[in-house]
Amino acid sequence: MIDAWSASQVEFVGVTKSYKGRIVLDATNLRVAKGEFVTMIGPSGCGKSTVLKLISGLTTPSSGTVRVGNLSPKEARPTISYIFQDATLLPWRPVRQNVGLGLELDGVSRARRMEKTSSLLQLVGLEQVASAYPRELSGGMKMRVSIARALATTPQLLLMDEPFAALDEMSRDRLNEELLRLRDEQNWTAVFVTHSVAEAVFLSTRIVVLAPNPGRIHADLSVELPFPRTAVLRETPEFEALVGQVSHSLREAIAR
Amino acid sequence: MKQRLITALNAAAVFVALLAIWQIILRAFKVPPYMLPSPWAVARAATRRFPLLLNASFLTAEEAGGGLVASILAGVLIALIFAQSRWVRRMLYPYTILLQTVPIVAIAPLILMWVGAGTAAVTLIAFIISLAPIIANTTQGLISVEENLVHLFLMHNASPTQLLFKLRLPHAMPSLFVGIRIASGISVIGAITGELYAGSSRVGEGGLGYSILYASSQLQTDYLFALVLAATALGFSFFFLIMFVEWYFLHRWHESARTPEAE
Repeated sequence: MIDAWSASQVEFVGVTKSYKGRIVLDATNLRVAKGEFVTMIGPSGCGKSTVLKLISGLTTPSSGTVRVGNLSPKEARPTISYIFQDATLLPWRPVRQNVGLGLELDGVSRARRMEKTSSLLQLVGLEQVASAYPRELSGGMKMRVSIARALATTPQLLLMDEPFAALDEMSRDRLNEELLRLRDEQNWTAVFVTHSVAEAVFLSTRIVVLAPNPGRIHADLSVELPFPRTAVLRETPEFEALVGQVSHSLREAIAR
Repeated sequence: MKQRLITALNAAAVFVALLAIWQIILRAFKVPPYMLPSPWAVARAATRRFPLLLNASFLTAEEAGGGLVASILAGVLIALIFAQSRWVRRMLYPYTILLQTVPIVAIAPLILMWVGAGTAAVTLIAFIISLAPIIANTTQGLISVEENLVHLFLMHNASPTQLLFKLRLPHAMPSLFVGIRIASGISVIGAITGELYAGSSRVGEGGLGYSILYASSQLQTDYLFALVLAATALGFSFFFLIMFVEWYFLHRWHESARTPEAE
């Protein structure tokens, strides 16, 4: 039996990842505790997507160790869900079957899948389009299906690689708020990657600023804004101040 | 609905105009009937020998269809092998190009020699000519799956069978149908070409290709025309049959298979 606390904790010890002679991530130590929402932010080439790939075991470190709970990334996969930059839906499956894909691959029975997908579709507000095909949906709705699919397997750790980058600002803000609402109800730990400072501040309990060439941690900032966070938070001076602080750190990271 | 009626009327008008031009050329240049029969003569030949024409068409359809179905089965299997690794593709792909470039007219006598005259030889020729587009397109579809989709499956520790049946094969369906559409046209051409060489073991009875050869040797130009029209109609019906099957499987989710009006 996997201990829930340790299973959703990420630990990098001296992790270096080189790819084709280039150091993508250099001797990095990182710890993500249960319940945190940690966002990796940084310019391209700083290895922020690589961090997610390492946690999920889709790539392995050149040196150092990555542990998820007390397990190796591959062993921990059943407790992890990954949300990609594009919605990565299967176009030949209606929405409900897309949401149930993970459960299906895990061998969950049809009846249980039906039950689980129904509750998730309701949670993300997509019950009416359960039998629609992905091509009939807007970008924001597709992303919602993708989120529902990731949450269907009740993950303890959610990895998100710029999931809202392709959306317009309004949909992005709405989905940010929705993501926090889901987190309230479901209690997963999150490692999130983005280019957007405002998004990072709005979502995170902690922001890790990465610097490029070679990729490394430049700053580790905690975000002390209270939960629940709603749209009005974006207009507060505290929020503005944090956005300024993170932007400043980001500029330093690029300049160095 | 009204739009469709107008389209149909336009097509019919073109058809009537073509017949008229045909008739005018006959009168103006006094073309002898064995060179170019009149449309009425062709129609008469077609109705008089309708059972024969129908038999020939069905025989050719069987041969082309058999070759096509076999090429789909074999083509998908070969594509599955090709999709396994780049190394396998590099090694074997040149031979599919060979399959595509070898002139069917040149190998038809060989196949006749190996298999013997008759339906089997013609079906084999239709099969060979249809195979390359199926292999090429299906392989492309199988290997062009987005990396993140593969990652998604890997995150659930999906088995190779799950990857194949739940991801790669459905993803390859639109490409497979492109291949089948191309193959459907050339399978009919292949069958008719095959029949020119290996048509029939009995005099006077054979597929369209054989009948065309026979009619031309007898200077029955009106019947020859009827046969050519039948061959064209056969190619058409193959194409539309495939279009329908494709539409049936893909229209719900794939962009290529929307109804023409939507475009």
